[in-house]
Amino acid sequence: MVASTNTMEQVNDLAEEKYKYGFVTDIESDTAPKGLSEDTVRFISAKKNEPEWLLDWRLKAYRYWLKMEDPEWAKVKFPEIDYQDAYYYSAPKTSGDGPKSLDEIDPELLATYEKLGIPLREQEMLSGVAVDAVFDSVSVATTFKAKLEEVGVIFCPISEALEKCPDLVKKYLGTVVPYTDNKHATLNSAVFTDGSFVYIPPGVRCPMELSTYFRINAKNTGQFERTLIIADKGSYVSYLEGCTAPMRDENQLHAAVVELIALDDAEIKYSTVQNWYPGDENGVGGIYNFVTKRGACRGRNSKISWTQVETGSAITWKYPSCILQGDNSVGEFYSIAITNNCQQADTGTKMIHLGKNTTSRIISKGISAGRADQTYRGLVRMSPKAENARNFTQCDSLLIGDQCGAHTVPYIESKNKSAIVEHEATTSTISEDQLFYLRQRGIPPEAAVALVVNGFCREVLQQLPMEFAVEAQKLVGISLEGSVG
Amino acid sequence: MSSASPTNLSFVDGFDAAGAALPGAELKWLKTLRQSGFERFNDQGLPSSKLESWKYTRLRSLEDTKFLPVTDEDAVASVDLVPSVLPASDSRTRLVFVNGRMRPELWVDGDLPDGVSVECLRDMLTRGADWTEDYLGKIAHADIGNQALLELNTAMMDSGFVLKVEPGVKVEQLIEVVFIGGLTKHPVAYFPRNLMVLGKGAEATVVKHHVGMGVGAYFANSVSEIDVGEGAILRNYMVQAEAKDATHLSTVHVRVARDATYESFNLALGGRLSRNEVNIRLEGTGAHASLNGAFLMRGSEHCDNTTQIDHLSPHTTSREVFKGVLDDQSRAVFQGRLVVHKGAQKTDGHQLCKTLLLSTGAEIDVKPELEIYADDVKCSHGATTGQIDETALFYLRSRGIPEALARNLLVQSFLGEALDEIKSEEVRQAFTDKVLHWLPAACFLSEEWRGE
Repeated sequence: MVASTNTMEQVNDLAEEKYKYGFVTDIESDTAPKGLSEDTVRFISAKKNEPEWLLDWRLKAYRYWLKMEDPEWAKVKFPEIDYQDAYYYSAPKTSGDGPKSLDEIDPELLATYEKLGIPLREQEMLSGVAVDAVFDSVSVATTFKAKLEEVGVIFCPISEALEKCPDLVKKYLGTVVPYTDNKHATLNSAVFTDGSFVYIPPGVRCPMELSTYFRINAKNTGQFERTLIIADKGSYVSYLEGCTAPMRDENQLHAAVVELIALDDAEIKYSTVQNWYPGDENGVGGIYNFVTKRGACRGRNSKISWTQVETGSAITWKYPSCILQGDNSVGEFYSIAITNNCQQADTGTKMIHLGKNTTSRIISKGISAGRADQTYRGLVRMSPKAENARNFTQCDSLLIGDQCGAHTVPYIESKNKSAIVEHEATTSTISEDQLFYLRQRGIPPEAAVALVVNGFCREVLQQLPMEFAVEAQKLVGISLEGSVG
Repeated sequence: MSSASPTNLSFVDGFDAAGAALPGAELKWLKTLRQSGFERFNDQGLPSSKLESWKYTRLRSLEDTKFLPVTDEDAVASVDLVPSVLPASDSRTRLVFVNGRMRPELWVDGDLPDGVSVECLRDMLTRGADWTEDYLGKIAHADIGNQALLELNTAMMDSGFVLKVEPGVKVEQLIEVVFIGGLTKHPVAYFPRNLMVLGKGAEATVVKHHVGMGVGAYFANSVSEIDVGEGAILRNYMVQAEAKDATHLSTVHVRVARDATYESFNLALGGRLSRNEVNIRLEGTGAHASLNGAFLMRGSEHCDNTTQIDHLSPHTTSREVFKGVLDDQSRAVFQGRLVVHKGAQKTDGHQLCKTLLLSTGAEIDVKPELEIYADDVKCSHGATTGQIDETALFYLRSRGIPEALARNLLVQSFLGEALDEIKSEEVRQAFTDKVLHWLPAACFLSEEWRGE
């Protein structure tokens, strides 16, 4: 493709605007001393007035973490992380107790969320989405609480859940992702600061979309949130997650854990639009996004569906998985991953079929541009008891430019003859015919590429809830800016 | 030479003693080559399942058996009838090795055209044939994954054949090589090293038959180095039908030059533990590789097919079709990696692996990988696992075809997609017969049923 100077100029103009969430909020914060030790763990636990059992669990995780090695199998390269060079707790300073209502929240914070396109105040009035806003290490606001309480849905920061319903937290925390799981998840178990807790009582269909918005603001902090969602028998919930961070020259660590539990006939739909700061064109700065997400379909006929749009982060290391334990349970994974400039992503899913008649579906679309490297890594395992289980996997990669890489590494393990596994993967580029056709209709090259890319991702975009679909579609366009020319 | 060995492989300890007996002991370059292979193998030891490329295949059982080097006595074991895959012929060149040693009295010298030579590596090394220096250990490389078995073979290579086809010579006749294992009192280990070199525009077809006779354990660790010159065509077919307690580990390294074609088919039917690792480098523009195979396992057999195709130049193409049928408690592994290097634009690479599981207890592990660093490419892979389609079975039975036969027909047609990739008509027929022979006995259709 021939570079048109016009396009190049436009792209340069856009460069500044490209990551519009890169601003810093100037707010006084309360931080833990730098570094990681048993004292840090105790400090965090004390800050949150946690029960004794949780402190013990954190310490167990911390001690186990010391003995663990970094996972090295992923196809990502980065300098060794100095865990002592970061703050593990940072919270906007509040006077005494936390805010009781939105009126008590620091206006600076509200302004931040407004800038991010999440006006907490209006949100409460207008759109039908309940938001839990997490700023650095703590949750600053949760909207629509009253309305949710009416139907018995618990939606609050996990620290609050520990006071309100400690039994539920104790019963489920760490049952899907044990503290021994992997180094990043273990670190999270030791130092997790906040995150959302959702409990949907039996038979309740959650009346609105639940949403958490994560924001890293403070310098040198890691964000370690932990989300726990429990859908009791026959319930339904759709949950959205969004994330952004300021532009900074140093890398920041985000090691989150998400645990989903679906009991009999329950359904959880989990959507993510991940837009952490990806670093600049030369790969300086950006978030290391090392996330462990796993859902357990414990009950019969339960369903867990993951949808993700991954456009941000310098490095993404993330494998939202489903353990299909209950008979007839369903797991789904829809993903779009876009890497540009020097971004690296190693992402995919695991579908572990344990129960009879379990089905899973994986649709993964990867787009690699610039000098980025991207890998789909997935596992489909049919255990000997997974009678008549089925899986369908399709992963497609699109390459834009000859400096990028796209890789596919699926693992298929079948121990049951009645289980059917189908896997399909393709890698290609945007064909010159397609571009020629669009250009001869007067569509400029950038718009033509965006059109083709949108078509390529359509299957996944369709899975997103309305509120997210529009944002995601825009993101796809923005992330690829400057990759054609 | 250091005798400290990280493994319990007894033949490695015995290397010093065996060293003197190995062919070409007086060649200086060979001595250096063997020495480096030995040292590198000793550093690494046998590949463990912690290695990504050995994730699903464990070699631990090898360390429990005390393998001995092949003695002169083992080499003369009596063979009444050479087990050939191809129909008998007096004019076809046939080489026979028993426990890794050549058996000239069983060889057939066919009518090969001038410019083709097929010899035993042992003879050549003893004679000091120096042209092999340019190829041995030069085509095979350790850039990819763990190549400990290649190193072990380099240190110990004691047999195998050398095929050389001069530029422009087209060999129409098949060349058959039979490796017979077993028939020994003690478990033995042998290390065939094959070298095939095709000059510019040459053409040849080789059929290798690894077959076990008798019972008892043995360990064959073979390596083939293949150089396909510009515009040349090599068809390399193999049947692996080792004895039920045998371990067969083979490594193949192929270099394909501009506009050349390498075609191979590996039919795996036996062996307690077998692995066929193929690494192909498509070095010149227009190079093509067609890498296919079928694995049919039963009992507690374990079969591993690991392949890597490197597309290094623009306009290179590759095609891979593997089909597997697993019965009883057998287990198979397929790892197929396709790498498109920077600058290898217009690459076209396709890979397919399908497996049928016939019984509860059988297991298949598939890992097809695409690794792509160029943008203008068309690459794909597909993998499926499942059982015999009940609807198709019902259809056949509704036509009065007995169940056992219907199943056989379906398995046969399933494997057909892979067998069809064999370009040589004669070999395709022979391999199809092998497959039919493997299938469980079922009454065959009478002539009138066939509608003849």
